[in-house]
Order: sequence, then C-alpha cells, then structure tokens
Amino acid sequence: MFDSIQDISLYIVLAPLIGAIIAGLFGGQIGRVGAHTVAILGVAISFVLSALVFKWMVFDGMEPQNFSVYTWLVSEGIRFEIGFLIDELTAMMMVVVTFVSLMVHIYTVGYMSHDEENWPAGSKAGTNSYQRFFSYLSLFTFSMLMLVMANNFLQLFFGWEAVGLVSYLLIGFWSSRESAVFANMKAFLVNRVGDFGFLLGIAAVLMYFGTLDYASVFNAVEHHKDMTITIWPGSEWNIITVIGILLFIGAMGKSAQVPLHVWLPDSMEGPTPISALIHAATMVTAGIFMVARMSPVYELSEVALSFVLVIGAITALFMGLLGLVQHDIKRVVAYSTLSQLGYMTVALGVSAYAAGVFHLMTHAFFKALLFLAAGSVIIAMHHKQDMREMGGLRKYMPITWLTSLIGSLALIGAPGFSGFFSKDSIIEAVGHSTIPGAGFAYFAVLAGVFITALYSFRMYFLVFHGKERMDEHTRSHLHESPRVVTVPLILLAIPSVFIGWAYVGDMVFGDFFINAITVLPEHDVLSEVGFTSAFGMLLHGFVTAPFWLALAGVGVAYYLYMVRTDLPAKIVQLPVIKTLYAILQRNYGFDAFNNLVFGRGSRGLGTGLWKGGDTMLIDGLLVNGTARLVGWFSSVLRRVQSGYLYHYAFAMIIGLLVLFGLFVVA
Amino acid sequence: MIALSDYLTVAAILFGLSVVGMFINRKNIIVLLMCIEMMLLAVNINFIAFSHYLGDVTGQIFVFFILTVAAAEAAIGLAILVVLFRNRGTINVTDMDTLKG
Amino acid sequence: MNFEMPNFALAMPEMFVLGMACLILLVDLFLNERSRVVTYLLSQATLVGAFILTLSLYTPVRELTFSGTFVLDPMASVLKMAVYAVVFVMFLYTRSYLQARQMFTGEFYTLALFGVLGMMVMISAHSFLTLYLGLELLSLSMYAMVALQRDNRVASEAAMKYFLLGAMASAMLLYGMSMLYGVTGSLDLGEISRAIDEGEIERMLLVFGLVFMLVGVAFKLGAVPFHMWVPDVYHGAPTAVTQFISTAPKIAAFALLIRLLVDGLGGLQSEWHDILVLLAILSISVGNIIAIAQTNIKRMLAYSGIAHAGFLILGVLSGTAEGYAAGMFYVIVYAVMGLAGFGMVLLMSRAGFEADSLEDYKGLNQRNPWFALMVLFIMFSMAGVPPFIGFWAKLAVLQAVVASGLIWLAVLAVIFSVIGAFYYLRVIKLMYFDAPADEARIEPGRELAAVFSGNALVILAMGLFPGALMAICIQAFAL
Repeated sequence: MFDSIQDISLYIVLAPLIGAIIAGLFGGQIGRVGAHTVAILGVAISFVLSALVFKWMVFDGMEPQNFSVYTWLVSEGIRFEIGFLIDELTAMMMVVVTFVSLMVHIYTVGYMSHDEENWPAGSKAGTNSYQRFFSYLSLFTFSMLMLVMANNFLQLFFGWEAVGLVSYLLIGFWSSRESAVFANMKAFLVNRVGDFGFLLGIAAVLMYFGTLDYASVFNAVEHHKDMTITIWPGSEWNIITVIGILLFIGAMGKSAQVPLHVWLPDSMEGPTPISALIHAATMVTAGIFMVARMSPVYELSEVALSFVLVIGAITALFMGLLGLVQHDIKRVVAYSTLSQLGYMTVALGVSAYAAGVFHLMTHAFFKALLFLAAGSVIIAMHHKQDMREMGGLRKYMPITWLTSLIGSLALIGAPGFSGFFSKDSIIEAVGHSTIPGAGFAYFAVLAGVFITALYSFRMYFLVFHGKERMDEHTRSHLHESPRVVTVPLILLAIPSVFIGWAYVGDMVFGDFFINAITVLPEHDVLSEVGFTSAFGMLLHGFVTAPFWLALAGVGVAYYLYMVRTDLPAKIVQLPVIKTLYAILQRNYGFDAFNNLVFGRGSRGLGTGLWKGGDTMLIDGLLVNGTARLVGWFSSVLRRVQSGYLYHYAFAMIIGLLVLFGLFVVA
Repeated sequence: MIALSDYLTVAAILFGLSVVGMFINRKNIIVLLMCIEMMLLAVNINFIAFSHYLGDVTGQIFVFFILTVAAAEAAIGLAILVVLFRNRGTINVTDMDTLKG
Repeated sequence: MNFEMPNFALAMPEMFVLGMACLILLVDLFLNERSRVVTYLLSQATLVGAFILTLSLYTPVRELTFSGTFVLDPMASVLKMAVYAVVFVMFLYTRSYLQARQMFTGEFYTLALFGVLGMMVMISAHSFLTLYLGLELLSLSMYAMVALQRDNRVASEAAMKYFLLGAMASAMLLYGMSMLYGVTGSLDLGEISRAIDEGEIERMLLVFGLVFMLVGVAFKLGAVPFHMWVPDVYHGAPTAVTQFISTAPKIAAFALLIRLLVDGLGGLQSEWHDILVLLAILSISVGNIIAIAQTNIKRMLAYSGIAHAGFLILGVLSGTAEGYAAGMFYVIVYAVMGLAGFGMVLLMSRAGFEADSLEDYKGLNQRNPWFALMVLFIMFSMAGVPPFIGFWAKLAVLQAVVASGLIWLAVLAVIFSVIGAFYYLRVIKLMYFDAPADEARIEPGRELAAVFSGNALVILAMGLFPGALMAICIQAFAL
C-alpha cells in the first residue's frame, strides 16, 4: 500500500480533499472539533507522505516519476489526463505547501476560535463558519497540490483555477463586510485578466505542439523554436516568445506582478491565516513555480525572459516603496510579499530559476511566519490592525516578538538567515546577467534591499518597541497568544533560520534541480556566481553592497521610529516628498486608473451593450423573437395531434405513401 | 391458370381497402378491428401465394403463426373494447378524443 | 428425414423466463392480497436469474440455433442484460405506486415478464418469423398493461388507440415481410442477405418490402410520422406502465432495427440510409418543437422520447460499426434516463394524485432540495449537458454522423437539441425559481426515494466514466 509512488501521490492529493469534503459538507454534524480534526489529519497525512517522497527523491536518489492516473477523455488524439510529475522541484513544493498548510491549519484553531464575533448577530452565513473555513483551507491544499504535481497543462490549469476559486472564497470569507466582498470581487476580476492570458498560452501550446503533456512539449520545443506566428498583419512573432509571454501573463495575475498586482493588498480583507497561506506562502508563488517548470520553454526566448525580468524588477522596487507608507500591519506585510515576488520573478528573468525557486521556499517559511505573527498581534489587539495604535508589545508577547524578529531578519537578508542565502543569490545572479534589462533590474534589486530593511524594521519598531499607544482597555487585556498560535510560529521560525544554510549549496549552486529545470549554458548565471558552500557565501556576504544597504535600512528605521519619532511626520511635509508620499498613498494611481478606465469604462460599455445590444437586439429580437416563433410553431404543430384515431392512422398512411413515392417510385 | 400476380393483386386490394377503412370509418371501433383482421388476411394470401409458387413450405408455416397471433390479438382488442365501453358507454371513434395535443 | 437437435443451451434465458412467467401465473392464483409480495419477489428473481444465465452464455462470437431462426451474439447478450436491468429497476420504482392504486396484482408482473420474453426473442431473432413472434408477444403484453387499470377512462382510451395503431403497424410490417419473402424466397435473415448480395433481384421490389417494414419499425421506435400513438399512450397509461413502455421496448426496437436493416437488408444500405435520414430529421424536429408547448410532463417526456428516437436513428443510419455502437449506447442511455424521467413522476405522485403537470414541479427546491437536484441531473442529462451521460450519448451519435460525411445533418440535430434544451431547462426553472403551488410534503417510500436518487446519480456517474459502457457497445459490433 505504501510502496508505490503512484499510490502515495494519490493519497497525498486526496487526503486534504477528503478532509475538505467532510469538514465542508458535514461540518454541522461533526462540530468544530470534528471539523478541525479531520482537516488537520488530512493535511498531516499529506505532509508526512510528502516528506517521505522528498526523502526518496533527494536522499535515496529516486528517478523523477512521470505517470498518469486517469484518462478523462481522448479527442482527436489529444489525451486529457490527470497525472503526476514528481521530481525534485515538485517534491520541494509539496513539502513547502503541506508544511505551511499544516502550520496554518493548527494556527487557525486559535485564530478562528471566536469567529462568531466577526459576523453580525444571527447571520445565517455565519453558521458553521469555523468548519467551512477549515474545509476551504483543506480544499486549497488539495488544489495547490494538484497544481504543483501536474504533469500536463490541463491539470495545471485546473489547479490554477481551483486555487483561484478558494482564494476568492476566502478573501470574501466574512461576506457580511462590504470591503471583503469588494476585495474578493477585485481579486477575481484581476485574476481573470491573467487567466485569460494563461489560457491563451495553453491554447497556443495545444495548437502548435498538439499535446498538453509537459514531457512531450519539452521534447518538441527545440523543433518549434524558429516557428513564427502573425499576430496582426505585418508582425511576425516567435511562437516560443508568444507562448512564454502569454503564460507569464497568467503568472502575473496569480503572482501579483505589476500591473496585475492590485488585488493582493486588498486580499488582506480575508482572515490572517489565509493571508499567510495563500497570499504569501503558496498560491501567489504558483506563477513562479510555473515559470520554473516551463524553463525549457523560456530558455529558448530571450524576449520572454527580458519581459519577465523587467516586470519583476518593477514589482520588486516599486511595491517595496509602497510598504513604507502603510499603517495597517497586514498591508505592510502584503506589500513586502509583492516586492519579494518581484525578486523571484527577477531571478526567473535572468535564468536563475533555482535561485528564484529557492527564494520561493525560504520566503514561504519566513513570510508565513511574519503573517502569522502579525495575526498573533492582531488577536492580542482585538482585531485592530493599525500600527499607530500599537507599540511596546515586546514585553507582553515574548514569543511573537522573538519570532517576528527572526522573520524580519530573514526577510531583509541578514547574513546567516534563510533570506540572506536566497536573496543574495538572486542579486549576484542579476549582477552577472547580460540579458536586456539586467542593468535596470540590478539597480532595482539593490535599492529594494534598502527599502525592504526600512519598511520591515519600521513595522518591527512600531509594533514591538517604543511607546504603548493603544487605549487602556486593550492594554489591560494584552497577553501572549495561546499555544496553537505560538507553536506554529516557533515551528516556522526554525526553517526561517536554518533552511537557507542547509540547502543553498545543493539547490542553487548544486545540481539539485538538474532533472527539473533546464538552463542553457549561455544563460547559466548561477554557475558564474560560483559559490560552492554556504559558508563561503556567508563570508562573502559581509563585504557586499546588499549587506550594507540592509544595515543602512535598519539604521534609518531605528533613527526615525525609535530616536526621532517626530521626524517622519515632518519629512512627509517636505515639498517633493509630499507629492511623492501622496503618489505612494494612492498606490501610484493604479486603483484610481483601474476604477476609472476599466471599472467605469467597462460598466459603461456593459450598460450600452446590455440595453442596446442585449435587451433590444438579442433578447428582444433574436432570443425572445425566435423563442416566440418556435413557441407559436409548436402550438400550431400540436394541433396535428388532434386526438382522433383516424387522423393518426391517416398520418401513418401519408407517411407510408411519402416514403413510397420518394423511394420506390423514384 | 391463375398467375402469382393475380393473387398479389387481390391481396394488395384487400390490404388497401382495409387501410382505407382504418381512417375513413368514423363510427364504430368494431369495424376497425375487422379492418385489422382483413389486413392480416391479405398478408396471409401473399404468403401462401408466394409459398406455393416458390415451392417453399415456410411461408405457409408463417401463416399458421399469423393466424394464431391474429386470434390472440382479436381477443385482446375485444377485451380492451369491453373495458372502453364500460368506462364510457360508447364505442364511437369520434368520442375517443380526451387525449390530444 | 434427419432431425437435427437444436442447441437449446443458447436459449436458456428465454426458456427460463418463460418457465418462471408461467410459474408466477400459477403461484399468483394461490396468493391472497397480503402475500402478493411473493409475486413481486419471484419476478425480480426471474430477472436476476435471466441476467446471470445471459451473462454466463456470453460469447464474443455469433452462434445460430433452431434452424437458424435464433441467434446469440454479443449485441444480443448486452441488450438482453440491459432489458433485464431496466425492467428490474422499473419493478423497484413502481411497487409503491401500484400498491396505492390497487394495481399490485399478478397480472402486471406476468404481463411484464411476457413482454420481457418478447423482447428477448426479438433481440435474438434471426428470421422474420421469430422477429414477428417476439414483436407480437411484446406488443400484446403492452396493450394489456396499458388497460390494466380497468376503471380508468383515459387509460382505456390510450389502450384502444395503441392497440389499433399498433396492430396496423404490425400488419404493415408483415406485408413488407411477405413481399421480401416472395422476392428472396426465404424468411431467414442470413439467406435474405445472401440473396440480396447476389444482386439478381429487382431493387424496386426489395425497396417496396423495405418501406413497409420500416413503417413497422418506426412505429415501435416512435419515429415521426408514425409517432402519433406515443404522446397519447404515455399520457393515458398509468405512470408505472408508461415507465415500462418508454424504456425497455425501445432497446428491443433498436435490436429490431439492427436485425432487419443490418443483418437482413445490409445490401440495401444506400436505400434505407435515405429513409432513415428523413425519419431522423422529422423525429428530432417535430419531437423537440411540440414538446415545448406541453403542459403535461408525461406528454413532454413522450415528445422528448420521439426526439431521442430520432437521435438513435441518426446513429444507425451511418451504416458503420461505430454508428451502430453509438446507437446502442444511445438507446441504453435513453432507457436509463427514461426510467429516471418517469421515475420522477412516480416519486411526486401519491394515492389519488398524479404529479403529471408541469405546475406540480414549481418550487420543488423549496419542498425538497435533494429531489430537485436529482431532477436537475436528469433534465441536464436529457438536454445533453456535460458531464452527464446524455451528453456522451449525443456526442457519440454526432461523431458517427460527422464521420459518415453528413455534417449538415449533425448541425441540424444540434440546432434542434438546443431548441429542445428549452423545455428541459424550463422544468429546472420551475423547480428553482417559482413559488410552490402545492405545499404537500413529498413522502415517497424509502425504497422509491433510494431508487430515484440512485438512478439520477448513475446518470452522473456514467457521465463521468462513460468509457466502460462505450467499450461494451463497441465490442458488441466488433464481429
């Protein structure tokens, strides 16, 4: 039963699904304890088995496994299947997803324990919300596993859409709040834009390769690299470039890259465990994972890589800046997530897929940690999220404080912490790259280091140190969160510290991903960077620019928010800064632009089409018109069925005679 | 000598008459039952004529089966007729029009 | 004269059903009202036994016996098993309905079993004689079943109409048979096929017989313009009987079509192809259009059945093994959906009340959301919406039609099934968006509720895994 990878893969995927179904459909019957027990059990099984697969894959040297478990249909020779591709990349993603998910499940027991307070009294939607939440969490885990374990584009797309669906459900989980409903609608719509590109990309793959299977596509990619497609008359596009960019548009939606990033900050309307699991650690990295998985395709198109690189660099720099002006603790973390996703994308753009994926992994741990810590703070503050009303929490919540500090250090890339190894690898790789746009990207990621340090420690100081600015009532209730909350924090803090040290040598500079990721020799920047051991990298880290930039960021944060706390308010009054601050406060105008052009524009267009096109032309004339015609025809025809036997007999004779006349006489 | 075509013509006329009877008659259902019997008889004539001229006995065997089935059919038809009459008090074809549309 | 002993083993299921039907007839005489359930159980046991026998006789080859009048091939085995299964489920469905209306009698079960026997003979027929006998055995049983409720005014009218038109159709079939017998000199389908292939017979004479025979077959299938009996009989008959008439006999009628046209008159394919195209177009269009104007759900399902018959014919007319397999797939799927369709009428009915008006389905979702969901499955499947089985059935048939080069015909069929989707979706609209007109609780017995839910879920499950049944159907024509 536990000996074949095929069976185990199925158990890994199905365990959370079964948990989700039980908790979701029978939540009312089995109660809260029942629901979280089955959900956690499902994910725990999945995690243990994933770890086992990881061990086989990494330590026991198992060959990559590619198999299908179910053929849904075969049409015109194209197989639509469910299948799994298990290699090092998948194994790593499986462990990360199930581990973080398990932590979040456990944490949720504490975080959602008083969920009934979040609903209006007597709200029907609020019944069994706790069980429903667990059901969604497990369903998410299932979907994400389907996504990362896919061996074909169809299943990838299924997972892609399924995680999107769960994300939608969870952002709007508190459906009685208008802002939550708005946010989930926004996330949904923005993701549709990305998904449209993604679907077109898959369609292009199907059209030119005639298969949806990864292996077949990757094998055939070499033969298609010189094919072109005419998108509009007079412009020839390389087909690989087109596919790469279209697929990446999907990634831009899911991984929140500029300009499709606008949904992610708003997604913080969802409960914090969701922000940690979906909107920081796992789902938003789906785009990164997908591009890394598609490395054989991307490697053949410098244009696509350049596109990826520039988008990533813009995201990394400009989204970090936004983190500086937020007052909501979760929003700071959210913008930091955007910025870090930008880093990963930059890594993909310079063909340092391994570094990008490695950053994905370390980020998953420390960002989940930061979110859960923020959640812990929010619990203590009675669901207030404004940092201006916090301060000095260190002495009330020692565990949260310490783990937050670890998370922040990892995030800014302090030497020795996991974030250091992954982020420095990316920066070094960008420095060595020659691809168009690399110069700008190098500047962006370096400046990003300073900004990251600044906003991270701004948050840290504002929350945990300085004056206690909360009201008296809240202060009197301040205490450390329960153990279901702190244990996951501690468990996440451990990899946030050590995972970089342990794996950087293998994953980034070694041949860990040799089976999963393809890099052409001329793009292989990571081997040019040429560290061989974590220790060497650590030593090198102290003498490079990123280290000093990060230190400067922390220093500035300390000065502004601990020493001269009056200064930030004065700075924003300076003429140039004031304008800049206003721009940042308005999120560069993205939201306003989208509302004005896309929101109002499409509503105007929609109203026009609805009233003029739909109601009048289609509904009035075509649909109801034909319906009326058919209905009239029908009521006439049914009179033929007169009820008289001799008419029936006559109809048969007529039928016989017609057949006779047509076929015998003629 | 009577030719095969003569038999077939008689059978065809019989068959045609009874088919016409099926939809021309608007009075009595019993007449319809008679029409059906006549159709089967026309078929029987066909079979026997063919059987004789082909020198093949299976056609005549078929006729025996048809006669038997026709008897059973008449029995069931009359039974339904009785039920119908008990329910409605009439066996007029024109009155049978509750089911329509 | 040497007398060759026929191979009785091949007809074991037929003999078993015959014996059991006679036994039940006798046993039933000695049962009082309360122990009538024995009849029911014996009937079900008969079907199960026949199923086992047929399954054990399954061979992938074609075997003839009784001087070539009886054939056992994979198609026959599969279709027979489908008939047993459908009738078995029909018995499950109808028990409480019959009990509530004093129709829970031995006659119902013996007539149904004789009907099953007739279908079996039809399915295994390899001569005009056996075809005709099977057909008549089935038809006579059905005439009697329609009139089984003796004090029911509409049922007796329906029975009379059914009987007279059915007898006329059989007479036409017989007339066609007599003509073909005359020109080919044999009643045996194999001999006839051989005689036609030799090509010495005047085509016109053959087509003359063919047209008459097709009238009989089209009548059984309920294809336009020989469909007039269908709505009236489905409507007038007690719902339990309607459920029987509308499902299993269609499977037998499909067998009749294949036996006559493919086994017997395969050489006339170019002729019957055109006739079938005409019948199919008329059935799909007229069935779907008139169904829209119906207010009675039994009549609506009757017209829907006419349209489905058109689709079934579409599968056969392509003249390829894939097409026949698609037709067979369609007819089995149709039987399963028909069971569920009339099953839902049975479910909603109660003593003294037939839920056969569309009004009765208003607001079903508020009265019982689970049944509403099941009805939704059934309606979607009949409309051909994926992932339900009805979709795959339509798809298979359309693929066969396209493969034979008649793309315009496939397009036409799709257009009319879109029009047809209207009346299926209307039922869903009534269930979910209208206020209930009838507030009475729906209290079917547990058995009925379980069978109904199971049937609807099977429609979904088959839709998710259509491969197995399709493979069986393809294998049936792989000879």
